[in-house]
Formats: sequence, structure tokens, C-alpha cells
Amino acid sequence: MTFYLASVAILLLAALTMGVWAIAFTLTPPKRRQNRRSNLCGSTAAALACLIGFAGMAAGPWDFASLPETANLAWGLPFGGFALLLDPVSRIFLLPVFGLGFVCALSGSIALRHERASEHNIAAHWFFYLLLLLGMALVACAADAILFLLAWEIMSLSPFFLIDFNDRDSTVRDASWTYLVAAHLGAVFLLAFFVGLWQATGITSLNPAALAPGLADAGTGVVSLLFILAVAGFGAKAGIAPMHVWLPDAHPAAPSHISALLSGAMINLGLYGVIRTISLLAGPAGSIPGIIGAAPAWWGWLLLLIGLCTALVGILKALAQGNLKRMLAYSSVENMGLMFTALGCGLLGASCGDAWAAFLGFSGALLHMLNHAGFKGLLFLCAGEVLHSAGTLRMELLGGLQKRMPLTGCLFALGAFSIACLPPFSGFTGEFAIFVGLANGASAQGVEQQLGLLLSLGLLALVSGLACALYVKAYGMVFLGRPRTGFAANAHAPGLAAIWPLLIPAAACVAGGLLAPLFFRIVSGPALGAAPLAGELLDECLVAATAILPSFWHIALLGWLVAIAVTGLWLARKRLLAGRSVRICETWGCGYQASSARIQYSEGSFSEPLARLFNPVMGIVRHGEPVSGVFPKPSSLGLSAPDRVKDLLLTPLFEGIEWLCNACKIIQHGKINLYILYIIATVVCLLIWGLK
Amino acid sequence: MTEDFWIFPAQFLLSLLLAPFLTGIINRVKAIAAGRHGKPLLQCYYDIWRLCRKGEVISESASWPFLLGPSIVLGSGLLALAMLPLGGFASPLGFAGDFILAAYLLGLGRFALMLAALDTGSAFEGMGASREAAFGALAEPALFLAFLVLSSTCLDLGHYSTRQTGQAFSLGVMFHGQAALSWLHGKPELVIVPLALFILLLAENCRIPVDDPNTHLELTMIHEVMILDQSGPSLAMLIYAACLKLWFFAALVAALVVPPLPFWAGTGLWLFAVMVVGILVGIVESVMARLRMRRVPHLLGMACALAAFALILAQVS
Repeated sequence: MTFYLASVAILLLAALTMGVWAIAFTLTPPKRRQNRRSNLCGSTAAALACLIGFAGMAAGPWDFASLPETANLAWGLPFGGFALLLDPVSRIFLLPVFGLGFVCALSGSIALRHERASEHNIAAHWFFYLLLLLGMALVACAADAILFLLAWEIMSLSPFFLIDFNDRDSTVRDASWTYLVAAHLGAVFLLAFFVGLWQATGITSLNPAALAPGLADAGTGVVSLLFILAVAGFGAKAGIAPMHVWLPDAHPAAPSHISALLSGAMINLGLYGVIRTISLLAGPAGSIPGIIGAAPAWWGWLLLLIGLCTALVGILKALAQGNLKRMLAYSSVENMGLMFTALGCGLLGASCGDAWAAFLGFSGALLHMLNHAGFKGLLFLCAGEVLHSAGTLRMELLGGLQKRMPLTGCLFALGAFSIACLPPFSGFTGEFAIFVGLANGASAQGVEQQLGLLLSLGLLALVSGLACALYVKAYGMVFLGRPRTGFAANAHAPGLAAIWPLLIPAAACVAGGLLAPLFFRIVSGPALGAAPLAGELLDECLVAATAILPSFWHIALLGWLVAIAVTGLWLARKRLLAGRSVRICETWGCGYQASSARIQYSEGSFSEPLARLFNPVMGIVRHGEPVSGVFPKPSSLGLSAPDRVKDLLLTPLFEGIEWLCNACKIIQHGKINLYILYIIATVVCLLIWGLK
Repeated sequence: MTEDFWIFPAQFLLSLLLAPFLTGIINRVKAIAAGRHGKPLLQCYYDIWRLCRKGEVISESASWPFLLGPSIVLGSGLLALAMLPLGGFASPLGFAGDFILAAYLLGLGRFALMLAALDTGSAFEGMGASREAAFGALAEPALFLAFLVLSSTCLDLGHYSTRQTGQAFSLGVMFHGQAALSWLHGKPELVIVPLALFILLLAENCRIPVDDPNTHLELTMIHEVMILDQSGPSLAMLIYAACLKLWFFAALVAALVVPPLPFWAGTGLWLFAVMVVGILVGIVESVMARLRMRRVPHLLGMACALAAFALILAQVS
């Protein structure tokens, strides 16, 4: 707790300082030195705070039975209290916040070091960055509804200003507006949730034991409603379909270190909210069952269904994208879907008394969350380097960057291997836990539970196969082959000085696979704390936790064996070729001489076989005139994959609302005498009401 | 104990040695069916040996995926095969949930091969990679569903104290041979699983009706086109890795029909079953034409549907 409080204090102080600087710099004429100084100070403060926080989190006890650390600070507001609670569940969610916060602060300060003071107020940027970190740190520890909502608002508002960094671009402005609207729609549900919780129990504390009697009186109907509200509110932050629309707009617009932080750390807090809600409403680990009974099975089914839909929609939409960062954003949606599926599996297991499914579902969700923070952060930062070096993120204009920026290419490849969940890298371990958890559904009670869990494993297998296809496409189109246009051909390599922060998440990707049991052991404590388990089931879960651990040792062992085998074969090939002729030659064009780089398979053609099957979801639209006639005119072909949820559902909805609001303007016309009439009418109405 | 310890390595070495022979059998069956004399049975060994003694020609746009790809493909294939129980004897590398790792190791090989293909910047190889990506993604659920049928049968049979240790999810238990005995005793789903796995064998190893291993230069190919620019020892590694993958799937199918027997009888019968699978592949290739590309997803969908149906049968009964 000391480390945590120190980190929060640094964040708060630094944010205040940066805020003052930002205001001061807007009032004075822009100077280059100011920008550089604030860039240095802001990022150093953020990095320092994150380092302290990360050290505190990593050291903290992971055993679920350990007593949570609490702190109550003085607070001037009439409602609630400044109550903080740090337990293993908070810790596991704070790891990516502080870890990625550190990496992104360093990477961001390098990326922004040459920004001109006349264009950007860097102090303001770091002010909001620090605020975002502060908000996330508080959300993960708040033990009071008012404090939680306040922190949630800070966390939701500051990304708006961070995404809006390049605000001269109209698409960036639109994207940040989309973000703001989505964030606040989610907040509306959350507000309703917390008000409902307060109404039912009469307290603002988020302590399950204190809430339990009130919830028991309120009855299952109210509790179910609260659960749905919470899933909608937190789900909007996590990006579950169909509330994912802000992600694919916001990520390409935001600077890359911001995309990385939002995608790797912030959206996880939506998952955190759902996990906390479950233990608030259904009772925490080790408590007496029967607060409202255990979590009902349909909660599990709901999360499972949401997760599967989100994963499928996310991966298929990602396959349809031509912009690298937009694709990564949809891939985040898919990964969130995986985590929600795992959560659903855990809840189903808990409700039907299957310890393996319950434990592995929750631990799989947390492990995948942890891994996802590592590789998604790495991929977004690599994408930022590509944008910086080549000037575009459109895959059909890139290609051959591996030769031009080798280190970035290798790091992106590492991220791609990890996110495609291939051993021996980190993504595999989380997916392994989720898959084994779902496979354990075979022994659940009731044939519908069994088939539900097993067939969702089949669907997840499809998703993971599609993820492989996606990342082959991403890495292959951007980094391999020959440069398709001058953007790629003229790309320059960033020096090691510019991309060394990326080595930290890269190390996490490798360590996550080769040291799998260590990571799993860290995760199993929080998983036991997060799952609504009690009595016998908890004991069975402890047994399961020890029984599955050897599998992770085996995964790590086989990871090492893969590495050794590949190295051995590589050396053997080298040995065989020693002294023989190894010629570098043009790629064989199958006899066709006039080859050019344009002849390579493009990103659209790469996903065409899948688009033929899944286009109803992928929604690829063709533009342009096809070639026709004997003497064809100049023709063109373009592909795009707009988000249909946004275009067909949300845009008409908001246009309808706008129309309604415009219609209401009729009473607002600027004539003072009529306004006075309104006031008199209101007063008269109130008087009549009062007299009655 | 010491005797048992050597059984698996011996069988593994036997698999490594015999894997290219399976290709020879398939080719011989096809030749006989076509009324030709055919290549020698050991042609694949000659090819690999000849390629290993050559130099290489490397594409000028190639970077690490092209150079390292063959090693990754072969390395992951070797380890995937090492996890599979051979002739009814569990691998020492097996563990609870190892079927997931084995499937993903094959996925790792596929991923590396597709990257190596895209690395050359050739239109043909991009085409092959694109198709491999699509069909690989569609084959994945069928493979997992087939494994799940076996694991749920193990749980159902309860031959092992599978519940507490999660051992039902290890290949060693799934393919221990009880499947071959129990499908006669009211487990009809176990007849469907080898069928689904056989379709997967054809698809994953790029045999007819999904792909034609004999055509290098047509617009229809998948696997052969991805290795178009590879040569010398790298090509040898890829050819050998393809043999191992074929052996992997043939061994999966064979393990479902061989009952548990003493070591020598079990191994003999298992090898015989693998060769029979090879003959079946040869017969399928002789009597069928390649499907149109648009129809291939239907075939894979059928494999998925079969496996899902078997799963439903396994759970409901």
C-alpha cells in the first residue's frame, strides 16, 4: 500500500504541476524550451510513479487468502469516503496499468521530443496522461462507490484530450467525439448501477459483506437488473460488441503510445468492473453462500455469449481492415471477447459446481489480460514506429519494411507470434488456460452446460485460427515482400535510442511463454479471489490449481525445446551450406519477366478467401468501376470495411436524437418576453402544486 | 520401468525414419491405380538426401522468415509428433491439456511457413499463403472438436482417475487404445471421429481433394506454391516436415483403431494401420478430382459438423 500511495501521490503532484504549466504556456507565447522541459518532466514523473507502483504491485502478496490492505484518507465531500482497498485482484489489474504506463511514458517522450510548441502544448498532453494514470490507479483500488465513479470519470475523460492530440485533422476530432459519446453512454449505465446499488443497500461502500443484507432484501430481480446494468456499463469501456465502435475510430487517431496504453491497460478495467460486480452481487471467495445464492447460471451464459460474439465480430472485422492500427483496435475487441468468454466459463463452472471450469475460466481471463497488455502494447508501439518512419499505416502501400527497419520488424513479429497464441510465446498460456477450462465443461452437470462450453471451445478454435491468418497478413503485408510504394521504399530505420522502451514488453512476451508457471502462479491467487466460490468448491479449486500447474511447467519445457530444436536445425542448415554456393537471386516469377512490386498479393486479396465466407460479418464494400468493354476506360477498385454497427445502428439513433433535440428548439427562440412568460407559468404551476 | 522408458524413444525414432516412406506408399498406390509403374518407394528419401547436398538460391527480398522458416516448420513438427502417443504408448512429454499444445505447434509451423512464403514477395506464394490461412483457420475447430470427443469419452469411461488430475485432456489417455475397444460397446461417436480426422488429414496435408501435391505451377495449389522459392537443405527440411505432418495425422487416425496390445504386437499393428491410412489416401487421390477452391470450405465445414455431431452424441449418451 505504501508503494501504491507513493505512486498515486507522485501522479497527483505531477499532474497538478503539469496542469499549472499547461495553463501558463497557453498564456505566454510558445517557446521551444518550454515544450522540451515539460516533455522531459512529465514523462519522467509518469515513469517514476509507474516504476514505484509496479514494484509495489509485483512484490505484493498474491495469495488470495491474504488480508487486503486498506487505507482511508480524509475527504471533504459530504458523500462516501476516500476508501482504498488493495487486494490481489486489484494488483493484477494494476500491473498492466503501471507497466504499460512506464513503457508508454518513455516511448511517448521519445516520440514527442521534436513536437513544435506552436502546434502542441506538450505540458497539457502530459497533464492528461498523468490524470489518466491516476484515474486508472484509483479505479482499480476504490472501495467506495462515489470515489469509484469519480475515478472512472477522470479515467474516461482524460483519453478524450489524449486522442485529440492531432486536433487539426477532422477525422481525429470525429474519433475523439465518438470516444467521448461512447464513454459517457457507458457511464450512464454505471451511474444507474451505482444508484441502484445505493438504493438497495443504503451505503456507498463497495464491501461485499456490508452490501449483502441489503441485496438479500432487495431480491433477485433487482440484483439481476443491477448485473445487466453493470455489464452494459463496464462492457462499453471494455469494448464488447456492439459497443465496440469507439475503439476502431479512436486508436488510429490517437498517438501510438496512447493507443497502447488505452488498449493494453484501460479497457482491461472494464473487465475489472465486471469481475468486481460479480463478487459484489454474488459474494466473494470464502464467504458464506446464500447472499443471493451463488451467481445464477444465466450470468455465466450471458457473459459467454457476449464474449463469443465479441470475439468473432472483432476478429472478422479486423481481417477486413486495411489500416494497421484500426486492425489492431479490432483485434483488441477480439481479445476482450476471449476474456469475457473465459469469465463466462468461470461463472458457469462456479454455478454448476465444476471447480476446474470455474478456476481455469477466471485464471485464463486474468492471464490473457496480463499477456494481452504486453503484446498489444508492443504491437501498437511498433505501429507507431511504422507510421513515423513510413508515413502511412495503410497496408496496401507498405511492404518490405523488415529490411528497412529490422529491429522494429523483429519486435512486431514477436508481438504477432504472441498474439496469435503460438507457443513458445506468452499468448499461448492464457489461451491454454481458457481452453482447458472450457474442455472441462465435458464433466459439468447438465448436458446443455456441457455442450455450451464444449461448442464454445470449437468457436474459440475458429477465432484463434482466424487470429493466425490476421497476424500473418499484418506482418506479411507490412514488413515482408517488396515495398509496394515509395512510402515503404523510403522508410528509414529508427535507432535503438528511439525504440529501446519497446524491448520491455517484448521481454514480457518471451518471458510469458518460457516462464509460464511463474505467471500462472501469480494469476491463480487473484483468480481464486475473483471467482464467487465458497465452501467445498473453493477447496476443489485449490486442488485444481495445484493439479494444473505441472501443465504449465510442461508448456515452458516444450517452449524451451522448440527454441532449442529451431536453433539446432538452423545451425545444421548453416553447417550444411558452409562452403557451398548460396546465390542471392530475384524471386522466381514463374517465367514472367516484367514483374513489379505491385504484382504481390495485397491485403485485400489475402483475406479474400475468408471474406467470401464471412462477408456478412466482415462487411467489405467495393468501390470503383470494374474494367468493362472492348476499349476499357480507366478504372479503379478500392475496398473498405466500415463498421456496420456504427453506420446502421448508432448513427441513425443519434441522428434521430439530434432531430428530436432540434425539434425541441421551437421553445428556445431568444425572445425575452416569452422566456419571462415561461418563468411566470412555472411559478404559477409550482404555486398551484404547493397549495394542493 | 527401464524397458518401458525406451519404448517411446524407439517408436519416435521409428516414426522419424518411416515418415517419408508413407509418401512413397501413397504415390505407389496412385501409380498402380493409374496403371503406371510409378516412382520407387524410397523416392522421398532420395529427394531429401539429394537436396541436402546442394547449395541454395535465396530470393533477394527475403529476410529472416524465409531463412529461418524451414527450421521453425521442422522443429515444431518434430515436437508435435514427439507429444503424440505412438502405438498406444504415452509420450513422456505428455501432460494434462497437451492436445492444445500439439495443435498449436502445428499452427506455429503453418504460421512460419506462411510468413516464409510472403517474404519472397511473389504473387504465387502470397496466393498460397492466403489459402493456407483460410483453410487452416477452418480446419482448427474440427481438430479441437475431435479431440474433445475423445476426452469426453475418456471422462465417460472413467478408466482413469481423470477427474481430479485433468488427465482426460492428455493425448496419452485419449489415444490409449480404449477407443478401438469401446466403439463396439455403444459408443458410435468414436466411428465418426476417425472419419473427421481423415478429412482433416487430407486438408492439412494438402492432398486431393483440397490441393494436388503434384502440381507446382497451377493457380490451384496451396502447399507446393508456398515453397516455390525454397531450395537445397531448406527445401529438404520442408519436405521432411510435410512427411512428419502426414505421419502425425495418419498416426492419429491409426491410434483410434488399434486396441491396446503388448508392445511388439501393438507397435506392429499400429505401423500397419498407419500404412493402411496411407493406402486409403492413395485410393482417395486416385478416385477423386480436386475440388474447386470455393468448395473446399464446405468439405472442412463437413469435418467440423461431423466432429460436432460426434460431440453431441458423446455428451447426450
